Amino acid sequence: MVENTQLVSLTVDGKKISAPAGTLLIDACKASGIEIPSFCYYPGLSLQAACRMCVVRIDKMPKLQTACTVPVAEGMVVTSESDEVRQARKATIEILLGNHPLDCPVCDAGGECELQDMTFTYGAAESRFMEAKAHKEEQQWSPVVFFDRPRCILCYRCVRVCGEVMDVWALGVQNRGVNSVIAPNMGDHLECEECGQCIDICPVGALTSGAYRYKTRPWEMNHVGTVCTHCGDGCKTTLGVRRADNGMEIVRGDNRDKSGINGDFLCIKGRYAFDFQQHPDRLKQPLVRKDGKLKPATWDEAFDTIAKRFNAIREQHGGAGFGVIGSTRTTNEENYLLQKFARSVLGTNNIDHHRTADYPAFAAALAGKPEMAASLRDFEKTPAILLIGNDPTHQHPMLATAIRNNVRLHGAKLFIVNHEGLKLRRQSKAYAHIPKDGYGKFIAFLGGDDAVASALANGHTNREQLMAMREMLRGEHQLVIVFGAEVRGKDLETLVKLGMSHTGVKFACLGDYANSRGAADMGLYPDLLPGFTPLADAGDFAAEYGASLPKSAGMDLEKMVDAAKAGKLPAMFVVGANPMARYNVQLGELKNCFLVVQDMFLTETAAMADVVLPAANAYEKSGTMTNTYGDLQIVRPAGDFAGAKPDLELIVRIADRMGVAPQSLVPFGRGTRADMGQSRGAQSGEADRHAIWMVAQGIEPKVSPFDPQALLDEIQRLVPGYGFSRLNLFAGNDVPTHTAGKGKGAHQDPELIWPANDTLFTSGTLGRYSNTLNSVVEAHEGKRYPTQVETD
Amino acid sequence: MADLVQHPDEVRVISQRFGKGAAGIETYLALGGYQSLRKALGMKPDEIINEVKTSALRGRGGAGFPTGMKWSFVPKESAKPKYILVNGDESEPGTCKDRLILEHDPHAVIEGVLIAGLAVGARQGFIYVRGEYRYLVDILRKALDEARAKGFVGKKICGSDVDFEVYWHTGAGAYEVGEESALMESLEGKRGIPRIRPPFPAVVGLWGGPTVINNVETIAAIPHIIEMGGAKYASYGPPKNGGTRLFCLSGHVNKPGVYELPLGYPMKKLIYEVGGGIPGGKKLKAVVPGGSSTFLLTPDEADGINCDFDSFSARGEFLGSGGVVVLDEDTCMVNFALRIMKFYQHESCGWCIPCREGTDWLKKTLTRFHAGGGVDKDIDNILYLSQNMLGRTFCPLGDAAAIPTMSIVKKWRNEFEDHLHGKPCPYESRVWPEPALA
Ligand SMILES: Cc1cc2nc3c(=O)[nH]c(=O)nc-3n(C[C@H](O)[C@H](O)[C@H](O)COP(=O)(O)O)c2cc1C
Ligand code: SF4
Ligand code: SF4
Ligand code: SF4
Ligand code: FES
Repeated sequence: MVENTQLVSLTVDGKKISAPAGTLLIDACKASGIEIPSFCYYPGLSLQAACRMCVVRIDKMPKLQTACTVPVAEGMVVTSESDEVRQARKATIEILLGNHPLDCPVCDAGGECELQDMTFTYGAAESRFMEAKAHKEEQQWSPVVFFDRPRCILCYRCVRVCGEVMDVWALGVQNRGVNSVIAPNMGDHLECEECGQCIDICPVGALTSGAYRYKTRPWEMNHVGTVCTHCGDGCKTTLGVRRADNGMEIVRGDNRDKSGINGDFLCIKGRYAFDFQQHPDRLKQPLVRKDGKLKPATWDEAFDTIAKRFNAIREQHGGAGFGVIGSTRTTNEENYLLQKFARSVLGTNNIDHHRTADYPAFAAALAGKPEMAASLRDFEKTPAILLIGNDPTHQHPMLATAIRNNVRLHGAKLFIVNHEGLKLRRQSKAYAHIPKDGYGKFIAFLGGDDAVASALANGHTNREQLMAMREMLRGEHQLVIVFGAEVRGKDLETLVKLGMSHTGVKFACLGDYANSRGAADMGLYPDLLPGFTPLADAGDFAAEYGASLPKSAGMDLEKMVDAAKAGKLPAMFVVGANPMARYNVQLGELKNCFLVVQDMFLTETAAMADVVLPAANAYEKSGTMTNTYGDLQIVRPAGDFAGAKPDLELIVRIADRMGVAPQSLVPFGRGTRADMGQSRGAQSGEADRHAIWMVAQGIEPKVSPFDPQALLDEIQRLVPGYGFSRLNLFAGNDVPTHTAGKGKGAHQDPELIWPANDTLFTSGTLGRYSNTLNSVVEAHEGKRYPTQVETD
Repeated sequence: MADLVQHPDEVRVISQRFGKGAAGIETYLALGGYQSLRKALGMKPDEIINEVKTSALRGRGGAGFPTGMKWSFVPKESAKPKYILVNGDESEPGTCKDRLILEHDPHAVIEGVLIAGLAVGARQGFIYVRGEYRYLVDILRKALDEARAKGFVGKKICGSDVDFEVYWHTGAGAYEVGEESALMESLEGKRGIPRIRPPFPAVVGLWGGPTVINNVETIAAIPHIIEMGGAKYASYGPPKNGGTRLFCLSGHVNKPGVYELPLGYPMKKLIYEVGGGIPGGKKLKAVVPGGSSTFLLTPDEADGINCDFDSFSARGEFLGSGGVVVLDEDTCMVNFALRIMKFYQHESCGWCIPCREGTDWLKKTLTRFHAGGGVDKDIDNILYLSQNMLGRTFCPLGDAAAIPTMSIVKKWRNEFEDHLHGKPCPYESRVWPEPALA
């Protein structure tokens, strides 16, 4: 927040510290390891000075001062630990506890409660009061938000996070004095984005979540840091996991440690829509079609059936007999493996996925200038943003939050071009409301073509406003241009070229799902190898795969589906996708097509399959994912689900059954410890520190054919743009990958890009299996909240 | 409408037009009204400020801050509009003077706003009237209409090239919005919660613009100061405590009412001469010198003190808002402390923990205590709770609740002890009229 680099020196408890001018005393102390207690202060939210816990003595000031409101000053002398200060804090806790229910043993926050911690620190356990405590019944405000009023300490964090950060303003304070109470916008219930930020930020157990309430004690959970499986923003999340009969149950998602690109933000999907993991409809056993019906089968039976048919079809038709459809929610390693399997084992380029953004065109346009790709982090501070198309509030909630925060805290200028009225418009400096088919024209207009202005101007935005906006944009020299699927193909190319003529412009291309970008980067295209490498440049890959790779482009998704319907595709292998629902293919419409599906549920596509393999989801596996901005992150398993296996393992097992040596697909066992030389300590009989270090880093040894890290090695070696820092990645950080296409593939049919248009409360097929999302949709039925903004 | 009282010791400056029908503009003009405005239009802004500085006028809202100095804090240049905001939220228990000014001499307030605006470069003024004073709004609105009709408010006032708008606004009934920053929040249409300071209103006030906030009485004194000159006004009171003020005398006195007396007037004379002494010849027990937020005085203390700001601050205490409440020997001090705390508990805005929870626990404890349920540790507890509000709350309301409570426990501790162990209140027969303070 503080841009000023001028340092100010001050003394706190006899210790000399320094901080940039303008820093709040509480932050300066924290940065120097001096903890000042606080309830109402929360970095990035407006100041309240309400709880009075942060009081300190500052020399030459008559009263105790609140460290959360006082900026550091040169020569300031501060006492943060003294009898006087401790006594003041203790007294505050005492009167708070006077009315607090102290139901810690049954409170969700017990063990993670800031009030408990402060009581422990300041020792205010003895009560001075004889009067009865006021009691109020707990209230349910929405499917996910519950409120236990007596526990509330009125720190107003929830009110501010909802208003200032989310721009929803659904919480407020009612009444005054001791009757003050946090209240929801609809009187007795909430209508909001259900992000749960208020619950997360509540320092006590006053706001609790429907998903987590009374389910566990914090210390009974395992905490697993991983990445959200829903949208393309790739929020980091810490899953709270409990053991369950069938493996594990996720009971909570949050990012309290604020690590990662999303700080402490998660939207409803990241925070609550993990419940598909325990959905009763999950497949727990392979299914094989017998006598026209899918019947439970053993793994052996299933793999045998697949291997026999695949081998036979390969014999008879060669690679042309196969169509492979990959997933936007599986890991990079799985996607990489899938295309490797398709190309080197099945011998086909008939491979595709559900495209939601024109990443190949983006990569081609940025060729040679990968540094012009924006990371999600770039939105935190860039002075100006141009948003073309998309509605981030729904489709990229984290991006929307990053933009709002940047506008609020750093005064960034937001320019919006859209054919609808977006909620983000409230943060915008200028807004062009264009016709639905006007994106290409707008880009031409940006480039200086004034003739199209009249076609763009409409009842909402007139010519002068368009001109004024273009003028302002031309004045911005550090600009991030972010666009949705509305911008693709030629338009995309024009836009990027246009931006390149400016220095300081960066771009982001918005795709819909958790690993849409990874699917594209890993080569799930009929005409592109990983890293958007044209088929003609297959050299490195061919050498590595030790096989001659098919040379001509394969069929895209639509063609494969059509071919299967026409009885011209003998086999189809669908991993974590539901194309038959998307293309509205009815049961029985596929002809002479041996369909193998790996999925969590019996989706429309799985229901047509000949063999269905129960798959694990991203919360049950290891690997990496790339968000739509190219930020690579590590995915960790929260636990297992009995009966399901990760897609990676399933693919390896199919190949194995087909007679392919697993090692030719997954280079496990290569570069193990022995190769790297044992440390001398080990030779002399001491602990092998080198080995211990390697295990701790999670990099060695890779002795399992199902080890995604063996594939990650290969990806790092071979895929252009994936030469990232392993150190950073394994430390749990997001690391940038660099889109650097060498050219574009032949199949740039814009019709193939089919944005999911999810709302905040939907998430493709996966979202249908989240009871939380469903219950919220039900509760909001008929109300198109929160997009409903007045547009003039 | 209150009855007017008088006493020969009075020096009538602010109250000179009371009872003369000056709420009507014709009378106001006939009595010399709006002459100061004309004079001020011919003065440079600094000259007006200097005149006010010379007058040694100090804020009549309670804190006694030098008015001229406050005005000089307003930056000369400002990107945002500047404002004058008149604090007519008058809710300090025992204080009932602003209402008389607004009732009998509203044009003086309007004229004061205009002059203050000329001094600091503001062109808009707001007169905020306490929610319970609805009847005054009608008077004020009529006065504003008349002033506008006569060209004192609106475009080109008095034929000058100055445009000046003055608006009235009314609260919803909250003591806390008398606190200047909560006042601004309330005027802006938000909950009446104080703001963090700094920045101070003189620099960042209403809608972010520099804002002068003054009490009704302070503003009403301005036209008189311009008219008679700062030096003359200052001479009425002791050094640094210029002029006269309206003392609101209530409680156990024979002649309660609002009297205008020079600052520095002896408290003893105020009670026994101006107020005509205590009914029934009873003995004095305590005096609330300036609204319930001040330290209470014992008879001895009251005997020797003069009513000016510096005499009180020399003792580490406050002259306050002019609300003098006299308590006779039959008053139960525990009950009095309870009555005061009921007020603060009710009026606490609830924003900060020490005040919100502290006033509530004090009220609960005092209620039980006065009813005979007190235990030994309660007395120190009451002190402890008060001490933990004093100087530690977000705004001075916490101090205001702590100060009288602490002074009562310290000075009349014996009365608390007399209530202990289930003993009935020794003053039970005396019924304290509830509405007297509210
Ligand atoms: C809780 C509280 C209530 C107050 N109420 C009033 C009030 O009703 N009227 C008033 O003029 N000042 C009141 N004040 C003082 C104002 O904050 C402010 O100091 C005053 O209006 C400034 O005007 P002055 O300098 O002319 O006195 C109150 C202060 C506090 C802390
Ligand atoms: S509900 Fe929680 S976050 Fe909101 S004010 Fe109460 S304690 Fe603070
Ligand atoms: S913004 Fe996207 S990645 Fe983040 S929590 Fe929501 S759905 Fe998950
Ligand atoms: S002291 Fe705190 S709770 Fe009391 S009125 Fe002031 S801000 Fe509100
Ligand atoms: S943290 Fe400073 S007052 Fe609450």
